[in-house]
Amino acid sequence: MSGMVERRGAAYWLTHVGLILGVAFVFFPIWLAFVASTVTQAEIVRPPMPLLPGRHLVENYREALVAGVNVPVARMMFNSMVMALGIALGKIAISLLSAFAIVYFRFPGRKVFFWLIFLTLMLPVEVRIVPTFEVIAGFGMLNSYSGLILPLIASATATFLFRQFFMTVPDELAEAARVDGAGPMRFFRDILVPMSRTNMAALFVILFIYGWNQYLWPLLITTDPRMNTIVMGIKQMFPSGDDLANWPVIMATSILAMLPPVAVVIFMQNLFIRGLVDSEK
Amino acid sequence: MAAGMEKRVTFKGIWLPLLLVAPQVVVTAVFFFYPAGQAIWQSLFIPDPFGLSSRFVGLGNFEFLLSNSYYRASFVTTAIFSILVTVVSMGVALWLAVLADRLIKGSGTYRTLLIWPYAVAPAVAGVLWMFMFNTRIGVVTWYLGKLGYDWNHVLNGTEAMGLVVVASAWGRISYNFLFFLAGLQAIPRSVIEAAAIDGAHFWTRFRTIVWPLLSPTTFFLLVVNIVYAFFETFGVIHTITAGGPQQSTTILVYKVYADGFVGQDLGSSAAQSVILLAVVSVLTVIQFRYIERRVHY
Amino acid sequence: MKYLSVSAMAIAATLSLAAPVAAQTEIQWWHAFTGRLGELLDAQVAAFNASQSDYVVVASHKGNYSEALNAGIAAFRAGEQPHILQVFEVGTATMMAASGAIKPVYEVMEEAGLPFDPKAFIESVTGYYTTPDGQMLSFPYNASTPVMYVNRDLLEGAGIDPDTDLSTWEAVGPVVDQLHAAGASCPFTTAWQSWVHLESFSAYHDLPFATRANGFEGFDTELVFNGPTQARHIAMLGQWAEDGKFIYAGRRNESGANFRAGECAIFTESSAGYAGVKAEADFAWDIRPLPYWEDVEGAPLNTIIGGASLWVMAGHDPEEYQGVAQFLNFLSSPEIQAEWHQNTGYLPVTPAAAELTAEQGFYEANPGTEIAGIQMSGKTPTENSKGLRLGSFDQIRTIIDEELEAVWAGDKDAQDALDSAVARGNELLRRFEAANR
Repeated sequence: MSGMVERRGAAYWLTHVGLILGVAFVFFPIWLAFVASTVTQAEIVRPPMPLLPGRHLVENYREALVAGVNVPVARMMFNSMVMALGIALGKIAISLLSAFAIVYFRFPGRKVFFWLIFLTLMLPVEVRIVPTFEVIAGFGMLNSYSGLILPLIASATATFLFRQFFMTVPDELAEAARVDGAGPMRFFRDILVPMSRTNMAALFVILFIYGWNQYLWPLLITTDPRMNTIVMGIKQMFPSGDDLANWPVIMATSILAMLPPVAVVIFMQNLFIRGLVDSEK
Repeated sequence: MAAGMEKRVTFKGIWLPLLLVAPQVVVTAVFFFYPAGQAIWQSLFIPDPFGLSSRFVGLGNFEFLLSNSYYRASFVTTAIFSILVTVVSMGVALWLAVLADRLIKGSGTYRTLLIWPYAVAPAVAGVLWMFMFNTRIGVVTWYLGKLGYDWNHVLNGTEAMGLVVVASAWGRISYNFLFFLAGLQAIPRSVIEAAAIDGAHFWTRFRTIVWPLLSPTTFFLLVVNIVYAFFETFGVIHTITAGGPQQSTTILVYKVYADGFVGQDLGSSAAQSVILLAVVSVLTVIQFRYIERRVHY
Repeated sequence: MKYLSVSAMAIAATLSLAAPVAAQTEIQWWHAFTGRLGELLDAQVAAFNASQSDYVVVASHKGNYSEALNAGIAAFRAGEQPHILQVFEVGTATMMAASGAIKPVYEVMEEAGLPFDPKAFIESVTGYYTTPDGQMLSFPYNASTPVMYVNRDLLEGAGIDPDTDLSTWEAVGPVVDQLHAAGASCPFTTAWQSWVHLESFSAYHDLPFATRANGFEGFDTELVFNGPTQARHIAMLGQWAEDGKFIYAGRRNESGANFRAGECAIFTESSAGYAGVKAEADFAWDIRPLPYWEDVEGAPLNTIIGGASLWVMAGHDPEEYQGVAQFLNFLSSPEIQAEWHQNTGYLPVTPAAAELTAEQGFYEANPGTEIAGIQMSGKTPTENSKGLRLGSFDQIRTIIDEELEAVWAGDKDAQDALDSAVARGNELLRRFEAANR
């Protein structure tokens, strides 16, 4: 299908129009939110709100970051960053190690571990929220970073991925390492890990976004607003009675909530797409 | 692919590998298997909200759920919601991918632009769409009002469903677009050119060549999108409708949360988790049967 | 009086800034107030903290009443419960049934050597929260009752005499029709629809809401609010909704914003809406008693209280409970009660506070503010009007809200909606019974 279009002519322009419509549909809500974050509350509360940005960008974002509604947004972004990085790096680290062990060693219970890991692919956290909550509460990990991170690295999907990748690594490399007298950890550190860099990077993007965008789990275990993450904290910025919502600040927060994942995705676009598409096949 | 085969060359040692898998095993055992087992165990009890006592009821919670018309309705709601989200987001994504694929230059720019919703959390997408359709101050609501249509998704169940479907599908377009684009670009040009030389129009070529060759991607995306609609859309529902009006947008995963954490009926919530577990397992088995691998973080 | 309190606040604020941080026992209080009420609550806390140096109360807003209750329950399960939890009246049965999770207020006060004298409290207010032998289980912090607010300017604008009789629903109907005919965009609206138009409605007309004396006598109670009078009333409101005479803005007090902005003419809401209306309304308004149906025998009786009480949670140190007792003692003092009542519209819980308010000439200067008190205590309550004690009632109210919304949307007729609400609610009552037997 590629390039089957004449350089000029109706079909060419229609193609572009179609794509532009698509982009417009995708961007319209984001654009509106951005505009709302640059105008005043008064302009929003009397519809229709303006469709072009206003002049209050700096003060709205400053208000959001410094004061927020119930907690400063800067704090929420920090919490999200810790959680997302913790999940991404934590998951990559432990799964690299376990995949290595499963593939390159024979030890008792190996098969069992493998199948146990396989089982965890099936169940997202939403299916076990109540008991997981109780476990976390039992450890006293409510309102803590470890409580936010640990249950979300419990499923072994990354292990599975690395295992598939390691299986494609030529045996000669391991053979050569053994012959050289290098221990398994040397082999791991000097050969396997560098080879896995692309996979690790792609996985990092996916896991970072997955972690950053978590909603239900942080909602359940944070009862102190200072531990809110930005994605679940936005809902709590809406008043629960008859007060008016502080729309400019809430919309500024929404834009801020989008920026780190968007930045990660765009700057690591090629890597990310390759990782996404390849890993699913 | 070397999946399933054993490595010829392995390292010696028992303690080292056990040490290496230990972190994974501990985290998975404590935060996955134990809670999953607990969910099954708890579904057999009705506990009081404060956790001070609980009453064994055997399958009583399941009986209560399956005879409850609102729970059964939730299944239907979830099915309708998932199908709509899947069809809308896959349809739009396919259309955009076909268009992007036709360009020699410029598809990269469009790709960069269309990728944005992937990074937007469903909950944030919910806030964005809810802001546009807010009954008091929403821009779209206001213009609809000017056209004579009184939009009120707070009272109207169909509108509420429409809004959450669009907000959920919007967020999913990027993901589907990327896969469709990759799938289209993998089709050999020679095949298409040959058909074009034979005089086949675009739609004929699409119907007879492209669509069949795209079908593994399509099927894969079908299953992935349905699972997405089942679980990851919790944020959309919670921010826009809270399951209303009159539970018309209460999907199964939302009900687990609403009954357990808001309604404090932990027995019912645990039983619902178990049923959901069964449903997901079936879906996953289907996926593995037909597609090889599933990555669900 | 106000001048005094402002300067008292200023002194308190300065003192609390200068106060040493060390060695103060912290008392955690989780509540559900925002806006003006939140500010007034914070002022009370600041005053207490400034008045002594052994304890510091830390008040945290945890969302609306439902969210605060759920947060408290979840915190208890995790061993991180606060000392004091503000629980709305419909959570009373749930809290009472959780004997291991709460510490009865009378015990807290006795152990601290500051026992509460039941006679020093107004019975119709505290009766909701006491044991059969009159021991107080929770402290009635903010008790309100439904009344009616009227936007006089809008009535005048529609050619209606603002003093026209609105004491019965038979009289309100034609006024609403007139407003609608004159083009008013929001003739009638309400807050807390279940509380005002079903729960209080039933009590006001001496009709049972549930069997077993509305649940006071046992867990085996069943809902019976789907009677003909209630159905007739809901059907009228449903017709108004369809005609555009009743504008529904939400289940809780979302419509308060609409009324305060001057959009709505007649507004049934808690007497505690007074705080917000007084602060924000820039039109002429007054408070009227809640209307009743004249043709129902026994009406008007008394309305039931809404609002919330403060429950003390179990699992803390005796030292901390001392602080709690001192704080509750502070809150029940006549001066603090009188000020709270005058600023918010919540009922005073002690006769002393009511007398102090009358002495200060407050009721004369602010006509209508005495209506809530009279409505609550004017008649001797029957077993239909002492209040409700039903388990899982927050969830049952959600069910009622859903069914009523179906009526407003024109999807169901009133009798069907009420029957359905009763059936669904009874299911939850049976589960509550099973969990707490």
